[in-house]
Amino acid sequence: MTILLYDGSFDGLFTAIFEVFEYKFKDVEIISRERFHQENIFAEIHEVITQEAKSERVLNKLEENIGKSGIHELVKVFLSEEPDLEQIILSAVKQSIQYPKENILQNYADQDILRIAKICKSVSRERHRMTAFVRFEKMQDEVFFAKIDPDFNVLPLIRKHFKDRYQDQKWMIYDLRRNYGLLYDLKTCDFFYPEEKIDLNKYQQKFHDEEKNYQTLWQRYFFKTNIVERKNLKLHIQHVPKRYWKYLTEKNW
Amino acid sequence: MNFDRLKEKLEILADAAKYDVSCSSSGGSRKNKKGALGDSSASGICHTYTEDGRCVSLLKVLLTNHCIYDCAYCVSRSSNDIKRAAFTVEEVVDLTINFYRRNYIEGLFLSSGIFKNADTTMERLVRVAKKLRLEENFNGYIHLKSIPGASDLLMQEAALYADRLSINIEIPTESGLKLLAPEKNREDMLNPMKYIQSGITQYKEEKKIFRKVPKFAPAGQSTQMIVGATNENDLQIIKVADHFYKNYNLKRVYYSGYVPVLEDTRLPALTTAVPMLRENRLYQSDWLMRFYGFKADEILDPHMPFLDLEVDPKLSWALRHLDQFPINLQSADYQMILRIPGIGVKTAKKIVSARRFQVLTIENLQKLGAAVNRAKYFIDFNAGNVFLRHLTDLNLKKLLIGGSTSKFQDQFSQQLTLF
Repeated sequence: MTILLYDGSFDGLFTAIFEVFEYKFKDVEIISRERFHQENIFAEIHEVITQEAKSERVLNKLEENIGKSGIHELVKVFLSEEPDLEQIILSAVKQSIQYPKENILQNYADQDILRIAKICKSVSRERHRMTAFVRFEKMQDEVFFAKIDPDFNVLPLIRKHFKDRYQDQKWMIYDLRRNYGLLYDLKTCDFFYPEEKIDLNKYQQKFHDEEKNYQTLWQRYFFKTNIVERKNLKLHIQHVPKRYWKYLTEKNW
Repeated sequence: MNFDRLKEKLEILADAAKYDVSCSSSGGSRKNKKGALGDSSASGICHTYTEDGRCVSLLKVLLTNHCIYDCAYCVSRSSNDIKRAAFTVEEVVDLTINFYRRNYIEGLFLSSGIFKNADTTMERLVRVAKKLRLEENFNGYIHLKSIPGASDLLMQEAALYADRLSINIEIPTESGLKLLAPEKNREDMLNPMKYIQSGITQYKEEKKIFRKVPKFAPAGQSTQMIVGATNENDLQIIKVADHFYKNYNLKRVYYSGYVPVLEDTRLPALTTAVPMLRENRLYQSDWLMRFYGFKADEILDPHMPFLDLEVDPKLSWALRHLDQFPINLQSADYQMILRIPGIGVKTAKKIVSARRFQVLTIENLQKLGAAVNRAKYFIDFNAGNVFLRHLTDLNLKKLLIGGSTSKFQDQFSQQLTLF
């Protein structure tokens, strides 16, 4: 048994996968350093040093076999943060290398592939919800700021959506759980990783003068557009699960 | 800007617009020009949901609820003693932009009571759309409600700036319309629709020849009918919808169960329940016509002018046509597989591709996403299907209803719980 320890990055994972083939490891487990607790004392530890060249070779080969959309599915699995994501992705890569002519991601009879399909569905659903449920608040410094706390790490998946949509305003989306964010400053749209947790309470007190007014208008609109005679709370909660409520302007008044 | 007054107006004019069902932001795409605001894609996004379970995708408001007409079913009718308000063009534009910037909405749905006359009102609606597009560089979604009787010239302009246009025909029958909205006539509603339809056709032709043709109502047209305000039957409603799909290429027909809000001898009493289940069945029938290849007179006929409230219209059709079943999954064509209760469009497509590789079993069918509890009675698997002995059973319907739980079950038992 060999345990490959990698740095938790996407390229790191694919470097590890490259080395599984390179060193012909048979019985392996890939674990990110952060999550590693040595339990199996008989396992051999192999430290992986992330090398883009190795990662790219695996990804290029894969793209030939399963296409760009296939790679995109594996990215979603990676972002799902499932505890066994490394094992599922390794399994898919192995299958794809073994059957290069087929798109093995469509072989739903295989347990790992079915898992991938299911994870992709959940991650895509969360991605879509984050395009819908993000609520920006305008700050004194003219930045439109939003907090999110998604179950999966979908921030990289919504970057393009917001970049295309809001080109003439500065905006920031901050993932509270993972402590990183996206910032658009009218020129570039990049991720940022603060050293310390941002003191949000302090930041939030710096609302733009007009912000509270628009929030109130939206809340009143939300209230008034409801048809009381047709009340259907079960359906309502199905569409807007309660875990999102605390970040929705219309739900907090 | 006087915030308190704006808030009051928004409350009045959102409240008055809420009975319009249509709120989708789908069907058109508008790419952001470099550096501007907004970008819409064909699939649309619902940003939130009201407590009644309907989605909120657009800021849906009336420009004004002042109206010269006195339509019995409408809260804004001239004889109704309610608070009146009117937005300025600037106010609607400001609300739309500021809501959009905060990611509350996909765009604007703007309707209006009719003040002065059709053209004055329509001109004002167009002005909002025009200002949004030309001055604010806004690429979000705009749905304008066309005003019955508006001139072709204004409709032309509306189609250049809006994504979708619609006129509600409201009452499915002419006689019903005469009774409840004596000042309106059907022709005034149909003419603008016809104009837009021919414009869309022309746009498509020109688009084939020239690369750059200005967009013309890219998300098409829709309409809405109120259900249960007059005594029309479901067959009439479905026929009207079918007529619009066939002759006007409408994208959607919406059905709105009448919410009794006004005391009027011509209307159902205020205590009448909203016909939600009937509305649901109508939507199911609508889907059958648009995606399942059913014709209007297959769903209902003069001997049976109302939809069965106990079972959905597809199952109802199957139960009336048992001679067409069982269906063999390996050999039946796609259109027929679509007619099996419990099998939807996606599953039917999967079946057709999966059966090339292997003979499908009931377990496969379940994994492909079919509602097997319904489908199993109608399918002849090559290996034999024990459930088929029920196909000729007089109690098949009961068996089917027993095997599933309806979200409307409460409504069936309501009378019992009263006592």
